[in-house]
Amino acid sequence: MARVLINIPKEARKGEVIEIKVLISHPMESGQRRTDSGQVIPRKIINKFVCTWNGDEVLSVDLFPAIAANPFLSFFAVADVSGTISMTWVDDDGATQTELASITVT
Amino acid sequence: MLLAISAAAAEPRSGYQDASPATRAMQDDDTTNPGFLWVQQGEAIWHEHGGTTGKSCADCHGDAAAMRGVAARYPAYNVTLGHPLTLEQRINLSRTADQGAEAFAPEGDTLLAITAFVGLQSRGMPMAVSPDGPARPYYENGQRLFQTRMGQLNLSCQQCHDDFAGKRLAGALIPQGHPNGYPLYRLEWQGMGSLYRRIRNCITGVRGEPFAVDSPDLVDLELFLGVRATGLVVETPAVRP
Repeated sequence: MARVLINIPKEARKGEVIEIKVLISHPMESGQRRTDSGQVIPRKIINKFVCTWNGDEVLSVDLFPAIAANPFLSFFAVADVSGTISMTWVDDDGATQTELASITVT
Repeated sequence: MLLAISAAAAEPRSGYQDASPATRAMQDDDTTNPGFLWVQQGEAIWHEHGGTTGKSCADCHGDAAAMRGVAARYPAYNVTLGHPLTLEQRINLSRTADQGAEAFAPEGDTLLAITAFVGLQSRGMPMAVSPDGPARPYYENGQRLFQTRMGQLNLSCQQCHDDFAGKRLAGALIPQGHPNGYPLYRLEWQGMGSLYRRIRNCITGVRGEPFAVDSPDLVDLELFLGVRATGLVVETPAVRP
């Protein structure tokens, strides 16, 4: 499992705009580089990120090879109901990683 | 020239002050600083039981806050061994001698992680590396190395980082070269790196042969750099371009 830093407020008032910040460790190998012996280093990037709030999609992102290692995403959502925010990263090799955070909306 | 050197010594300037606003913002916010990926890993290592004793760092040292101030004074003279050690070497010594575990590989993610975690405990504290007492000859050797021309370009550390600090080498600003943020996340590396990695970069840059990773000269140079940074605060884990 890759290391992840997630920053989401634990509590929010109803209707409040909250910022969600996520950082994941990943080499984001572009597929354009070569080794010293000329072999192409195969592409290995996170190509998709999805964030849902109680199952409703908040953000869906397609990522491409020009994005730096350890991609950081920051986005906003309107707090409506308490529940679980789920974040999923999809790797080129098919591996996925899902992290959950709970939030209380009052 | 003497005047310029003493001015540089009187007012050390952190690489942070010359970084772009975006890079500074990245370092200022722990949630955007990628160095915290390693800090997080280091915290896990702190609590990890291992070695022949089955102990974790926390078992002996307790809360990581006990490490406050440690990173600020390393490299430091080790009385038992009779020579100075870098923080990385000190951690590995504790790991092999006290924990009975294998040393972490130099430059490896695990060693960078635990060093960053220990370093973070001293963040904001003034650098306090001591050149006095038994460390003196090692400090002087470090100073000598700092002033020694090396490589095909025949440059010493001092020529760039004292005499020409603040000017430009091609498009890049020449920093004073202080070690107060290591291990740090460098955007160019797309990862975390030690002070040794940075020094190696510089030496290959002047087309010289870098120090071996376990070279005593390297420790002496790091010791000298630590003393030279007196007046700055620890920024670990810093972010640099």
